[in-house]
Amino acid sequence: MNVTVNINGAERSADVEPRLLLTDFIRVTLGLTGTHIGCDTTSCGVCTVLLDGVPVKSCTVFAVQANGRSITTVEGLKQNGQLSPIQQAFHQEHGLQCGFCTPAMMLVGTALLEDNPNPTDDEIRWAISGNLCRCTGYMNIVKSIQAAAAMKSEEVSA
Amino acid sequence: MYPSKFDYLVPETLDDALGVLAEKGPEIKILAGGQSLVPMMKLRLANPPALLDINRLPDLDFIESSNGHLRIGALVRHNHVVRSDAVKAANHTVAAAAPWVSDPIVRNLGTICGSLAHHDPEGDWASVMLATGAEVVLRSTQGERVLPITDFCVDMFQTMCRPDELVTEVRVNKHSARGGGDYQKLERKVGDYATVGVATSLELGEDGSITDAGIALTSVYAHNLKVTEAEDLLRGNQPGTELFKEASAIAGAACDPADDHRGTAAYKRHVVGVFTERGLAKSLEIAQGGQS
Repeated sequence: MNVTVNINGAERSADVEPRLLLTDFIRVTLGLTGTHIGCDTTSCGVCTVLLDGVPVKSCTVFAVQANGRSITTVEGLKQNGQLSPIQQAFHQEHGLQCGFCTPAMMLVGTALLEDNPNPTDDEIRWAISGNLCRCTGYMNIVKSIQAAAAMKSEEVSA
Repeated sequence: MYPSKFDYLVPETLDDALGVLAEKGPEIKILAGGQSLVPMMKLRLANPPALLDINRLPDLDFIESSNGHLRIGALVRHNHVVRSDAVKAANHTVAAAAPWVSDPIVRNLGTICGSLAHHDPEGDWASVMLATGAEVVLRSTQGERVLPITDFCVDMFQTMCRPDELVTEVRVNKHSARGGGDYQKLERKVGDYATVGVATSLELGEDGSITDAGIALTSVYAHNLKVTEAEDLLRGNQPGTELFKEASAIAGAACDPADDHRGTAAYKRHVVGVFTERGLAKSLEIAQGGQS
């Protein structure tokens, strides 16, 4: 079946089997390896991408379901060649240790700040509760998302 | 992990979908959120020859509060319920349970109706519906059937939904201004199934006595268990700590939990008692305070 998606602003098409998982469509068919595979059982969240702006676990969605829809992966976060606020914040606050969960954490953070520009600590922890960091580096991930919120509100007021 | 091969069908209208189901329903699994189905297919616990993706059908993504019912359409995601003001105003048990379903990312795709149709005994929604009372709407080319939730739920992974039918909505009873409800859940970690879940619902009369009561348990029996004996005890009586203790003891005795990695049977039975009491107290507080 032919699948066409808008991924990170670019239209891409491919002929795929219905059972191809969205993760493998992104990583293998489209060659975007920033989306990671962890547990493969809908638990860890490292394969999270934004489907029409909403975080989903791409190991639990078939590529055919994304036909005609828009996908954002970590490769699509940068804006005009610059790191997005969430990327800058993860850099500045050292919001990563091994980096394996980081693309998903940044995408979930991005979606959270779209919905809720000034989340509380609890709201951030709640939002990332479907994503595991095996380094247990949650403190700095939360700080990074807070810092990104602050950067974005400065951008707005500037 | 990869599922077996399957045909992917993605109809654009409800009539087309029902036509396909009428023709080859037994070969088909319906794909709504897919958050239980896709993992089961990847583990090859389910190998359906064909998937019918209903995500592109119009008019199934609605939450409506009308005529004593809160109507939740087949494409309503758990997170839509978490955020809905209509839900908060209409049914306290539904509102309390929604944030406890799986994890925030799974909640973006998983659906309430899909969860009911899947009918995993560890699923939260069937308990909520059994406690508050609900009707499931089933559509086929033969027409529409509306089944009370108590008839719809048969046994673990078994419902009265025929292979040619699609669950198009669930109609949950609304709480009145003198009604309240709660969902208590113990989970080892976010996203895990319940170790124990208890749904409660109360309606009070003008004199403050209990006119209707609902209690249903998750993960502590072969299926979601409605504790009718405890409900009968509550109905017609003035609410109070002693009465709630008695109802909780009945719930604890009615369940039949298994010893497993989530806890011993004795522990889970104890938690059922504690949660039933807490859930009834919280339901009463809401019912008496008119708090949303």
